[in-house]
Amino acid sequence: MNIVVCAKQVVDVGEIKVNPSSGKPMLEGIPKKISDIDKNACEEAIKVREKVGGKVTVLTVGTPDAKERMKELLAMGADNGVLVTVPDKADHLVTSTLISKAIQKMGGADLIICAEASIDQFSGQIGPRVAGLLNIPQLTYCYKVTAEPQKLTAERNLGDRLVTSESSYPVLVTVTKEVNQPRLPSLMQILGSAKKPIEVWGTSDIGAADLKPGIETIDIKGVAMSRKNIVFKDDLDESVSKLADSLSKEGLLG
Amino acid sequence: MTNRSLSLLTAYQRKDYWGDKMVVVYSENQKLACEMLSKARELSAELNEKVTAVLIGNGKDQLSSELIIHGADKVVMTGASLSDLKAEEVSDLLCALAKEEGAGLMMIGSSKDGKELAARVSSKLGVGCSTDSKKLYMRDGSICSERVVFSGNGVAVERFTSRPAVVTVPPKAYDPLPADVGRQGETVRKELPYGTYGSRTVKVDPMLSEGANVEDAEKIVSCGRGFKNSADIKLIEELAGALKGYTLGCSRPIAADLKWLSEDHWIGLSGHKVKPKLYVACGISGQVQHVAGMRDSGLIVAINKDANAPIFKVADYGIVGDLYQVLPKLINAIKART
Repeated sequence: MNIVVCAKQVVDVGEIKVNPSSGKPMLEGIPKKISDIDKNACEEAIKVREKVGGKVTVLTVGTPDAKERMKELLAMGADNGVLVTVPDKADHLVTSTLISKAIQKMGGADLIICAEASIDQFSGQIGPRVAGLLNIPQLTYCYKVTAEPQKLTAERNLGDRLVTSESSYPVLVTVTKEVNQPRLPSLMQILGSAKKPIEVWGTSDIGAADLKPGIETIDIKGVAMSRKNIVFKDDLDESVSKLADSLSKEGLLG
Repeated sequence: MTNRSLSLLTAYQRKDYWGDKMVVVYSENQKLACEMLSKARELSAELNEKVTAVLIGNGKDQLSSELIIHGADKVVMTGASLSDLKAEEVSDLLCALAKEEGAGLMMIGSSKDGKELAARVSSKLGVGCSTDSKKLYMRDGSICSERVVFSGNGVAVERFTSRPAVVTVPPKAYDPLPADVGRQGETVRKELPYGTYGSRTVKVDPMLSEGANVEDAEKIVSCGRGFKNSADIKLIEELAGALKGYTLGCSRPIAADLKWLSEDHWIGLSGHKVKPKLYVACGISGQVQHVAGMRDSGLIVAINKDANAPIFKVADYGIVGDLYQVLPKLINAIKART
């Protein structure tokens, strides 16, 4: 079974600082990482391969430095990687088109696994978009996946109800964080990942040289969040008393 | 020549532009559909487009008039032959409708179903999509949408360069228009094409719920991993009781991993987003994903034993201390003042 995991390099949102003068988030120099739930997607792909056999390819659309981060997923157990160089202007339309064209260049996939969303944008668009472009079924928000040679069954959290769905292959699955616990690679696996191949493809290699985005991000505004930040660290009784007085003054008791 | 006709002229010169006849509104959640209709009316006046609401599947006949009195010019009922409303088929129907009627803007309710649907629809139409749009407006002839990104650390201003613009709209972004019972509109039934796919729904189970409605709560007391076991949650129930008019909330691990509380309590990026007057976070470290769900609260109080926990950065008041010691004292102190 050919399994493709879609993974994204993101800025570590927990490390974002706000520019004190403009109030805007500062994105330069923030450490980057593989988006959290993409590791769950990779773990699930490896589990499926362990059960039904096949090959796991990590597919990333990103800047050249994403190659280093992709190695973490290869160390977990993925077999190889493909990095498609992201054009200057990319939105979900461009990225998902590049992913689907790359999958077609690979000769197609039986199973494509994405995270329910990336941690920076949290749009959850890429999975359903790729499924739409390839015109295949999409089983979204899966917290349990059971792959068999002829079909895949998924238990899905749709927010207001739990849905069990099944599909023949090819199928695209998006997973939530609850689906598994991503394995931590051993030192040997980390060293071994250096030998696993990562191919770098340009947009023209996959016949997608002149893609135009459908949306332009024209600004990232800051989010005004002014809090009092009064922290009571005194003797516990005193702290509690001050907090209760403050809540009372704010008119929140009663 | 007005701005609008100018912008249309330039837009028509682009081959990707084909929609300018209607704003399409769709949600399985009728209340949310009515909220979106209110915004759709406002934008449609600016866009000079009609507002069409869509009902998909069987047995929706009685919903049509409600959509009209809340602002729809037209209601299209389709997909009557579908027994299993999966995203694959429903997105085919919406794409067919958008093309047939020339949609300039599609507003889809931002439930989990709505989000996957909107993404699939936009991919098939080859257009952009803005998920969880908090603000939607026209600027210089383009549709713009604002949405929260980087786990609440920024707001992206997105300008559509493709039509139809597809957006998903969360609940409570807009107030519904008052019902205008005299309002006239047409209801049409339409068979639209859809494909066949290799997936099927095997079963649907209700989500285990304890009936917590955190989105409407005025005061929320939330618990996180600082609690050692599920029985200890009674401590925050007591605090909540002392505060009166409360609802219990929690962070992701409590609902999703430990399952001490049902998911209707879960507050955060992939849980519920809340804005109570008072939010008390007990034993919650304040990961960005949790903060993204509660940052709009009126007043935030944090109790955590780790003085460096990020929750204190977003709190108005905080106590550094062991919640097992703080909570009983706080409960008494609040009771003494009410």
